[in-house]
Amino acid sequence: MTARVGVVTFPGSLDDKDAARAVSLAGAEPVALWHADADLKGVDAVVLPGGFSYGDYLRCGAIARFAPLMSELVPAARSGALPVLGICNGFQILCESHLLPGALTRNSSLRFVNRDQVLRVENARTAWTNGYTEGQEILVVLKSGEGSYVADEETLDRLEAEGRVIARYVGGNPNGSRRDIAGITNEHGNVVGLMPHPEHAVEALTGPSTEGLGFFTSILSHLAAGAPAHA
Amino acid sequence: MSEAPGLDTVATATGSPDTPQPYAELGMAKDEYERVREILGRRPTAAELAIYSVMWSEHCSYKSSKVHLRQFGEKAPENDALLVGMGENAGVVDVGDGNAVTFKIESHNSPSFVEPHQGAATGVGGIVRDILTMGARPVAVMDALRFGPADADDTKRMLPGVTSGISFYGNCLGLPNIGGEIGFDQSYLGNPLVNALCVGVLKHEDIKLAQAPGPGNKVVLFGSTTGPDGIGGASVLASASFDDELESKRPSVQVGDPFMEKLLIECSLELYAKDMVVGIQDLGAAGVSCATTELAAGGTGGMNIQLDRVPLRDHRLTPEEILMSESQERMMAIVEPAKMADFLAICDKWGILAAEIGEVTEVTPEEAERGGRLVMTWHGETVVDMPPRTASDEGPVYERPYARPESQDALQADDAAKLARPEGDAELREQLLKVLGAPGIGDPTWVTQQYDSYVRGDTVVSAPHDSGMIRISEDSDRGVALATDGNGRFTLLDPYTGTQLAYAEAFRNVSATGARPLAVTNCLNFGSPEDPGVMWQFAETTRGLADACQQLGTPVTGGNVSFYNQTGDVPINPTPVIGVLGVIDDVNTRLRSGFDTDGARVFLLGETRAEFSGSAWADVVHGHLGGLPPQVDLTAEAALGEVLAGSAEQGLAVAAHDLSDGGLAVALAESALRGGRGLRVEVDGDAFTALFSESGARAIVAVGPGQEEAFVALADQHGVPVTQIGSVGGESLSVTHANGVVEIGLEELRTAYEAALPALMDGV
Repeated sequence: MTARVGVVTFPGSLDDKDAARAVSLAGAEPVALWHADADLKGVDAVVLPGGFSYGDYLRCGAIARFAPLMSELVPAARSGALPVLGICNGFQILCESHLLPGALTRNSSLRFVNRDQVLRVENARTAWTNGYTEGQEILVVLKSGEGSYVADEETLDRLEAEGRVIARYVGGNPNGSRRDIAGITNEHGNVVGLMPHPEHAVEALTGPSTEGLGFFTSILSHLAAGAPAHA
Repeated sequence: MSEAPGLDTVATATGSPDTPQPYAELGMAKDEYERVREILGRRPTAAELAIYSVMWSEHCSYKSSKVHLRQFGEKAPENDALLVGMGENAGVVDVGDGNAVTFKIESHNSPSFVEPHQGAATGVGGIVRDILTMGARPVAVMDALRFGPADADDTKRMLPGVTSGISFYGNCLGLPNIGGEIGFDQSYLGNPLVNALCVGVLKHEDIKLAQAPGPGNKVVLFGSTTGPDGIGGASVLASASFDDELESKRPSVQVGDPFMEKLLIECSLELYAKDMVVGIQDLGAAGVSCATTELAAGGTGGMNIQLDRVPLRDHRLTPEEILMSESQERMMAIVEPAKMADFLAICDKWGILAAEIGEVTEVTPEEAERGGRLVMTWHGETVVDMPPRTASDEGPVYERPYARPESQDALQADDAAKLARPEGDAELREQLLKVLGAPGIGDPTWVTQQYDSYVRGDTVVSAPHDSGMIRISEDSDRGVALATDGNGRFTLLDPYTGTQLAYAEAFRNVSATGARPLAVTNCLNFGSPEDPGVMWQFAETTRGLADACQQLGTPVTGGNVSFYNQTGDVPINPTPVIGVLGVIDDVNTRLRSGFDTDGARVFLLGETRAEFSGSAWADVVHGHLGGLPPQVDLTAEAALGEVLAGSAEQGLAVAAHDLSDGGLAVALAESALRGGRGLRVEVDGDAFTALFSESGARAIVAVGPGQEEAFVALADQHGVPVTQIGSVGGESLSVTHANGVVEIGLEELRTAYEAALPALMDGV
C-alpha cells in the first residue's frame, strides 16, 4: 500500500505545493492537512513546509505551534511514532514546539538569502535521511531570512555527541548558523528539522539538482521497513 | 479636507453654493472643479470632491497620456490570442489548451522615493492584486529598477530599501521573483524608478471583470480594515514632483502586510472557484472611490453604499478620508444575495474580514444618460449623489502641447564616434573589464539573492538569464517567458528609436530563452507632461511602441504611465520599460545563457555595425551621452527571434545569450562566467567594433556537437547573418583578432563582474 504523507498548510504556508510534489515524485501519496483541523487523517508521516506561517508574527513558528493540528502532531512525534520533517519555517515550528532544541534567528547578513547550497549529510540513519550516505554532499536550495541555527554550547555538544546534526553547510556558512548546522534530529530520529529546501531540488528542470529527493524516498524506505528510526 | 464643522451632506452643499473648497490643494485645476459643479448642478460635497480629485488625477485618469495611448488600440495588430485588451485591470492572452495568462507592469516610483521599503513592497502588492482581480492565480513577479549613480549616498539608502521591500513582500506572498533589470544613472538621483510586474495564470472561463451587474446584488468589501494610510496618495504623490517637501509627504505612503495579501489571494481564488462573485475590483490608488465608481460604471450604473459600514482601523476617519484611503490588501466584490452566507463562510475560513457595505441599484434611463447614479450615505445622511461614469470614464482629457526640444539637434550631433578608442590589446582588455564590472551591467546577485526564485516549483529560468520563464502548470509542458527592458540613454537620444530598441531587446531576450513573443505591457516613466519637451518624448515613445507592436504582431495589453519624475526643471531620461511575454510549447527545450558545454561551437547571429552612441562603453569609459542610438531593424529582430526559438525547439542550441549593453564583449563574458567555462573566439575586422558596438538584432549561440550545419541552415533560411566565432572550453575568455589577442582568465573576469555592488553596499 502506498505510504500517505501529510503536508500541513498553515495560513502563510508557501512551499506546501512543492512539498506535496516532492512526496508524489518519491512515490508516496501526499495528503493535505489543514492547520485548523485537529485531524492527522491517519497519515504515516508529516511534512511541515516552508513559508511564513501566520506572517511570522511574534516569532517565526511561534503561533503555528498552537494550531489545533499541532495538538495531535506533537505527542505523536515526541513519542517517536510519527515521522515529521520540518523544512525552513517547518524547522522553526518544530523548535518552537520543543520537538527539537535550539532556535532559528535572523541571518548574520540581516538579509534574506536565496541560493543554491551544498550540504554534507552527517547522519544517514534517520527516518528522513536513510537514503543518503554519511559524508555525502548534496546540492539543494537555501532560501530564508531567519535561518541561523543557535543553541547553547551544552546543547550543541550534546547534539554532536549523539550524532543528531544531520546536515551541515559546505562551502561557506550562509547565515551564521552555529557549527554550520543546517539540520538536526530528535533522539528517536523520527523528527528532522532542516533549514534548506530539499523539495526544491527534485526536478532537473526547476531545481539546481535532484539530490533533495532523497529525503522523500528515505521516508518511504523507513515506512516500508516498519522499524523505528534510531538517531 | 474641508474644515467646515459637521458633515458636508448633499443637502448642505445644495444650500451653500459659495462655500470655498480646497480643490487646488487636492491637485485639481480650476476648470476641472468647475466641470464637477456643472455635472452635479451644485457644488460637490467634501466626499464628492474627494472622489473626483482622485479619479481625475493624472495617476488614475491618464488625462495627459490618453490621446497618445489610443494608438496602442488603433494600431493593434490582429491577434487571436488577445482575450482581454487594454482598459481592464490587466490584459489577458490565450496561451493554448484553454489556458490564459494575464500580466502587467506598474510603477511605484514616488512612494519608493519617500519610503523605499514600504514603497517598493506595496508596489508589488498592488500589481499582484491587479492580476488576482482578473481571476488569475498570480504565479511570478519581476521588477525593473533605476537608481542614481551607484556610489551616491542616496542610492545607498534607496537600493537596499527597495530591494528589501520587494524581497519582504514578494517572498512572503510565495511568488517567485524571476528576473527584471537594474540600472544606474545620474538622471534618476532623487527620482528612482520602481516598476513591478506580475504574471498570473487562469483558464479562459475564469476571467473576471470589474463590473456590478444585477440590481439587488450586494457590494462587499473584504480584506484589511481601512486606515489613514496613503490618504491622498494617488492625487498628491503622483501629481507633484519632489523638491523640498519630503517631510510633508511622508504619511502619504501606504504600509503593506503581505501575510494579509497571501490570505486574500487564497480566499479570492476559492471564492472564484466556487462561483461566489459576479464582479470584482481591487482597491489600489483611490481606494473605495475607484472601486465603487468603476464597478458601478461597469454594471448597471447604479449603486448605494453605506460608508459607515466600512470596517475601520481608526474610528475617527471622515467619509472623505475613507474614500481616499489607500490602505492595502483590500478587495471589493459584487455578490448575489443568495450566496452571501457562503461567501462570508469562505472569508471566515481564511480569517478575512468581510463587510456588506451596499448594493447594486437600478437606474432610470435619464440617470443612465447622465452616467449612472452612485449614492453614498454616512449614518443615514447622503454625502454622495453623483453619476459614477463621470468620475471613472469621463475625466478630463488634455492635448498637452509638445515640441521637440531645441537642444535635441546638438545632442544628436555629439556623436560617440569622436571618442578616443582603446589603443592596443592592453587597453582593450582594461576597458572590457571596466564595462563588465560597471554597476547595472555587472553581477546583480546582491539584489537578486534576496528574492525567492524557487517557490511554487515552476520556475524554469530566472535571473540572471535573458528572461524569466514559468511552467504554467505541473501537468503541462507549456511555459511563458517574460523580459523587461528600457534604455533611458537611447530614448533620450531618440525617443522613437530608443523605445523600439527597448521593445526589440525584450523581444530578443524572450526569444533567446526559446520562447516566441506574443504580447506586450509597458511602464512609461517620464518627467512632467506640462513640459513640452517631455511631452514630445512621450508622444514619440508611444508612436514608436505602437508602430513596433503593429509590425511584429504583438499587441499592447495594458500598462501604466508615470509622469512627474523630475527634480525641479530637470526630468529623468525618458524611460519606457517594455515587457514582452512569450510562449514556449515545451519548457524542457528552454535555453539559458551560460555556455557550459565543452566543445560546443559558438556562433554570432546578426550584423555588427560601428554603433557606439549611447552605448555602455561610451558611458562607462568616457561618461559620454550623445549622437544617435543604434538603428532598429524590426524585420531582422523577428527573423533572429525565429532562429533562436527554432534552434531551441529543434534541439540545435545548448545555450544562447542576447547582445545588448556592452555588446559582444559583455555577452561573451557573461556566458563564460555563467557556464563556468572559457571561450575561445576569433573576430573579423576591428576588434573594438566587434566587441563594443551595440548594434541590435544580435545574439550568441552555443551549438551542440554535430548540429552546426543544421543551425547554419536555419539561420540562412531566415536570412539571419551567421558566423562561427569560436568554441567553448578552457579557463579564459580569449578573443583573437587580426592584430593580436585579448585574453582574460575566468577568475579575473569573475572578480571584475562581481565586485561592484557588494563593495558599494557592504563595503567589501
